[in-house]
Amino acid sequence: MSVWKHHAKFERHSLLLIIGILVVVSIGGLVEIAPLFWLQSTIEKVDGMRPYTPLELAGRDIYVREGCYLCHSQMIRPLRDEVERYGHYSLAAESMYDHPFQWGSKRTGPDLARVGGKYSDSWHRDHLVDPRSVVPESVMPPYKFLAEKELDYRDIAEKMKAQHTVGVPYTADEIANAKKDLEAQADPFSTDAVGLRARYGAKVVNRDFDGDPDKVTEMDAAIAYLQMLGTLVDFKSYKAQAPENQR
Amino acid sequence: MSAPPPSNDAAPPGAAVLLIISVVSAFLAIMGAGLTSDPIFRLQAETFALACVLAAFALNAGLSSGTLLHHPDRYSDGVIKAGVIATLFWAAAGLLVGVVIAAQLSWPRIFYFPELGFLNFGRLRPLHTSAVIFAFGGNALIATSFWVVQRICKAKLAGGIAPWFVFWGYQLFIVMAATGYLMGATSGKEYSEPEWYTDLWLTIVWVAYLLVFLGTIWKRKEPHIYVANWFYLAMIVTIALLHLVNNAAVPVGLLNHKSYGVFSGVQDALVQWWYGHNAVGFFLTAGFLAMMYYFVPKRVERPVFSYRLSIVHFWALIFIYIWAGPHHLHYTALPQWAQTLGMTFSIMLWMPSWGGMINGLMTLSGAWDKLRTDPVVRMMVVSIAFYGMSTFEGPVMSIRAVNALSHYTDWTIGHVHSGALGWVGFISFGAIYCLVPWLWKKKEMYSNTLIEWHFWIATTGILLYIAAMWVSGIMEGLMWREYTPQGFLAYSFIETVSAKHIENIIRTVGGLMYLSGALIMIVNVWRTILMPSEAVSEQTPAPLATAIA
Repeated sequence: MSVWKHHAKFERHSLLLIIGILVVVSIGGLVEIAPLFWLQSTIEKVDGMRPYTPLELAGRDIYVREGCYLCHSQMIRPLRDEVERYGHYSLAAESMYDHPFQWGSKRTGPDLARVGGKYSDSWHRDHLVDPRSVVPESVMPPYKFLAEKELDYRDIAEKMKAQHTVGVPYTADEIANAKKDLEAQADPFSTDAVGLRARYGAKVVNRDFDGDPDKVTEMDAAIAYLQMLGTLVDFKSYKAQAPENQR
Repeated sequence: MSAPPPSNDAAPPGAAVLLIISVVSAFLAIMGAGLTSDPIFRLQAETFALACVLAAFALNAGLSSGTLLHHPDRYSDGVIKAGVIATLFWAAAGLLVGVVIAAQLSWPRIFYFPELGFLNFGRLRPLHTSAVIFAFGGNALIATSFWVVQRICKAKLAGGIAPWFVFWGYQLFIVMAATGYLMGATSGKEYSEPEWYTDLWLTIVWVAYLLVFLGTIWKRKEPHIYVANWFYLAMIVTIALLHLVNNAAVPVGLLNHKSYGVFSGVQDALVQWWYGHNAVGFFLTAGFLAMMYYFVPKRVERPVFSYRLSIVHFWALIFIYIWAGPHHLHYTALPQWAQTLGMTFSIMLWMPSWGGMINGLMTLSGAWDKLRTDPVVRMMVVSIAFYGMSTFEGPVMSIRAVNALSHYTDWTIGHVHSGALGWVGFISFGAIYCLVPWLWKKKEMYSNTLIEWHFWIATTGILLYIAAMWVSGIMEGLMWREYTPQGFLAYSFIETVSAKHIENIIRTVGGLMYLSGALIMIVNVWRTILMPSEAVSEQTPAPLATAIA
């Protein structure tokens, strides 16, 4: 009986009640979330991960802005059918530079974690402009305006600085050359592409993603982002069974 | 003891200060709009400035004409009336957007407009979820909590003008968030999409809400804080904690709408679902349980079934809920130990959830006949039944093997809607059906028949909705993993999309029915308000002889 009487203390003192609530609701979060920041095994050691190029980052911002994550996941689970349908299961390392993460929670459309390189640039453009022109049963919205709208990248260096503040390892050199690199990646004949590849790796290809050579559009950025998704990690050198990758 | 209350009515304390703050804020927002080169930030700043100017004009008019009055010995019911109207308005808006996006998935060739990109599914979906959860649900919580805390504490709302600031500040948060989504301002985290400046604004409003609520509790003339207020308090405090952590972000510039969250990848995923699942646990569960603990006993005129059960399930519920987030991340790159912890606690969560259900349902002991005669009681009982159903379904879906099938499918959507439409929607409607006659001093609602119609149309709508999502969710989950005898995947992805066409249409019809029910309710409430009144507003009881700590 006395146990119930003690509870009256919480019922009579509002501050005690608040402290009780705060203590009780803090425990679970602390135990589950805090270790992820210091357990070394949380993120696998892989070769090939790099921050997004400026054009890819701009494309990613468009992906977030349009709410693509509400219908497309970027998280392949280690289940037989998913690995066969989409490719190698996703690693934690593959989203280590993603602010915010875009794993998604729903597949109204297919997973996009490894969509990079699966379709041609022109397929992506046609599909984004009018999804039902290439997939008649699709329920995806049309993104014609991306092809028409010029990309506003005046603040791309500031965006990279903000990314650096939250932990993405952009170098001073990369931030200083942000605009040049962005323009170089969207131009197949750019002479600056050498610098772009020196900064972001030899695999980065400069091309006219949207097939419109006159301007850098939002479509250029969106396709550049989609075409690199899931292509960074070198799975030849990744040992899934190695002890350091066991979680 | 404080000084005796002034004998004649004056302007509410703080009104003049709020007027000055409005003017200064309007000035700052106009400066921001003028200086920025970011078109989205400019529009958002202009919206904010307009709201501040309107607030300043309204306060100025109220103060100078002497119509803005504070009655120290009367309950603050005006702000609750406004809250009830706002709740109904946002219910209609949020449900309507839901029907539109359901129609987009059913008939994409008709309901998408290539020239109007801001009406695409990806921008309307956050509008729908925020309008329903935060605008409809949030206004219902604020309005009912203001009623409950005053009546139980037998004290007027604390803070002078502050409750009105909370009300209008919250509406401004909703408008900023909603117009932001349409323009493409989003942080990209589900159910937490508003950008950094809107998040900051909500923080200010929410702290004011906490202080008003607590301040009223401190003025109470009853020594005990009743169970409904524990739940409201847990909701307010925990939502503040979740909001601050999950929205921690670095803006690209002080005049730029865009920000990047401080967490990335796997850590961001768990922080997000710690937030996301507890938005369910504290906003959509604890807050609405508070509603249940006040309005069900009041309506059926019976005491709460068990005081001890309410103690046990309160502490167990808020302790266990916090752990459940990782069940949104089964089989992902989240370390397995975290997934297992999340699953274990999700299954345990079944018990305190049903503790609440039992306490609510058994309160009807000796008054079950009211189910036949009073459609409001029936609505609240069905609401508790949906609560029990979805808090059983949830733990089942959190089991890793079940989740392998259900995750990423429509099953999750169905589960959410049995909770949102069945539990949250119906308990709120029930509470409002109780509140409207009390607030506007009427004997009863304008029409019981219309409540019956609301109940049956909406219930049928929910059943259509969730049954369609069970079928389509389990079907697509099975189709994704189906193999041919030769060992190939049996279906391409698009085949699983077209297979859901009929279910998508049934869902749209179900949603339309639920919306129709809400519209019937709005008519009913409107007609009730127009009915002749009985008496003037109620006085707070005289203070007790002794002060309470």
